[in-house]
Amino acid sequence: MKKATIQLETLTCPSCMQKIDNAVKSLDGVDKESVNVSFNASKVKLEFDEEKLSIGQIENAITALGYEVIKSQVT
Amino acid sequence: MQRYILRNKNRITLTSGLLIALGFVSLWTMGNSELFEWALIIASIFGVTPIAIQAYQALKVKVVSIDVLVTIAVVGAFLIKNFEESAIVTFLFLFGAFLEQRTLNKTRSAIKELTEMAPESALKLREDGEFEEVEVDEVAVGDVLLVKTGAKVPVDGTVISGEGSINEASITGESIPVAKEKGSKVYAGTILDNGTLQIVADRVGEDTTFGKIIELVEEAQDSKSEAERFIDRFSKYYTPAVLVLSFIVWVISRDPELAITILVLGCPGALVIGVPVSNVAGIGNGARHGVLLKGSEIISDFSRLDTIVFDKTGTLTVGKPAVAETVYYGEDIDEVLGYLASVERESDHPLAKAVLEEIGETKFSTVEETEVIKGGGIVARVNGHRIAIGNISLMEREKVELDEKARADVARFERNGNSLVLTAVDGQLKVLMGVRDRIRPGVKADLQRLKKLGVKNLIMLSGDNQGTVDLVSRELGLTEARGNMLPEDKAAYIQQLIEEKGQIVAFVGDGVNDSPSLALANIGIAMGSGTDVAIEISDVVLMNSDFGRLPHAFGLTKAIVRNMKQNIFIAVGVVLVLLSGLLFSDWMNMSIGMLVHEGSILLVILNGMRLLRYKIR
Repeated sequence: MKKATIQLETLTCPSCMQKIDNAVKSLDGVDKESVNVSFNASKVKLEFDEEKLSIGQIENAITALGYEVIKSQVT
Repeated sequence: MQRYILRNKNRITLTSGLLIALGFVSLWTMGNSELFEWALIIASIFGVTPIAIQAYQALKVKVVSIDVLVTIAVVGAFLIKNFEESAIVTFLFLFGAFLEQRTLNKTRSAIKELTEMAPESALKLREDGEFEEVEVDEVAVGDVLLVKTGAKVPVDGTVISGEGSINEASITGESIPVAKEKGSKVYAGTILDNGTLQIVADRVGEDTTFGKIIELVEEAQDSKSEAERFIDRFSKYYTPAVLVLSFIVWVISRDPELAITILVLGCPGALVIGVPVSNVAGIGNGARHGVLLKGSEIISDFSRLDTIVFDKTGTLTVGKPAVAETVYYGEDIDEVLGYLASVERESDHPLAKAVLEEIGETKFSTVEETEVIKGGGIVARVNGHRIAIGNISLMEREKVELDEKARADVARFERNGNSLVLTAVDGQLKVLMGVRDRIRPGVKADLQRLKKLGVKNLIMLSGDNQGTVDLVSRELGLTEARGNMLPEDKAAYIQQLIEEKGQIVAFVGDGVNDSPSLALANIGIAMGSGTDVAIEISDVVLMNSDFGRLPHAFGLTKAIVRNMKQNIFIAVGVVLVLLSGLLFSDWMNMSIGMLVHEGSILLVILNGMRLLRYKIR
């Protein structure tokens, strides 16, 4: 399991959080419990299994919704 | 393509706005209703595209978002050929989103400024002795780093060579240069104003004080209270419910205009955004003023505070004994002070340190025949004089005569809670010093402010004897003061206040031996220099151990809670006005609904922004 922190462009509507939350959780290999989308910080924190998917795939799922990924950090 | 459209949302907004303006101008000036209609049709199609894309994306991940409601409403208006409505609604929705982004950024700016102070690079010593610029992530504990004038200290470390002065505002909130030399501790994120330092890294990255502060504040701004979690759950079902409701209305009334108006009116806007906005602006204000608030639950408890319990030493008092009162007898005092300092220099007694600090620069002489008298003081020979330094019993032993004035001074000093240091030269009393732990400057005024702000009880608990405690309590005007308390007694006392008296209790302490109390109180307030475990176990941290920030913190939490209530009031009020407008009048339509809706969102954001400027009077 890897921990990822993804910095997004400024989130403005709280329903964005719901969208991102659902989108990320639907990915296979993401630990659903660990997903945390923060509105004010405009960040997504999650844990994922790097054998099942890459950080790039997670980023794609978010950008597909129309939110820009500014930076992501995996530890 | 989708991404391209979303990225150019602002341009689309502008275009659709211009088209609408063009339409209306042509209608009013030339009476050209055909051009008017076409302009609005194009504006509608233009405007609805990004919204529809977002709606589609939302539906794909099974979320009924506002975008979905608006898209259906606009398409509906389009189908019943009400192009004016469809164009204006899309434009207002897009333009509102644009303004919201701008203003929201503003409310978050205080916290953003903080995170942007994080150091990015460091000059690291290579094996060949040269310094090389590296990313701050590449610095490990034990690395030697060079910090030049004007640069940020990249990590927490210890100075190994060089001198300089550092602005520690990012850690302490206090923009005063602090001198650093070999052995001094330096903190990540602080700025070297002048000089050059070589430091060795003690803590790096998120382990540094600055890293912890950032993480704390970032988590705090998104922490949610019970009420917010409720609103979140509520809004999850609210949007789909509006959709269903509007469908039912349409089926029953057969009035598509009414149905789509409900869709627009039903958008939950200000309600969902109002509370987080107050939160982020308030926590941001705190961060700027050296007050770390760890989340919104704490803010609401803090604002309703009944009782503050203080630790004495290090919280209400400076925590270091110092000379508080001095009386000189006779001539040649400078010479005597020199002797006094020379003798005390060789002692490591806390009183001796206080005396030395008081005297400061002086002429030192050689000290001979030093004799330590247990429970009395020191006797020694300096420049041929017999010097006796100690308490009353030493003076008696040395047969020093105390005249009436001296005896009165001694009695007064003792009454004031001092430990006495008397100095006699050749059997003559020369200096009387009263040493005690002083009350922090300004504490009295701060306590009065807290009372004025509505704290009912100010209680001090201390390990000191009751006599000293009573003295401090009387001077500060506390409600209650208890001495001879062990850490576990303090914790038990706090528990009793909370459980038996049902009070909301804050405990203010320095966090080391007070951790049980900090954890047990409803609000644990740590006087942190920013380096302790206190940061982790407490709910509120006063940076730089500055007691004066406590009234600001308390006033701020009250202001935040007030602000949240105002925002909820605005949000609910707007929904009620819109609904009654819809039910009882005929002026309500989609465009007005959208205008009011977006306006209310902006209003709560602007209201939240006021918190950034909050200052205690």
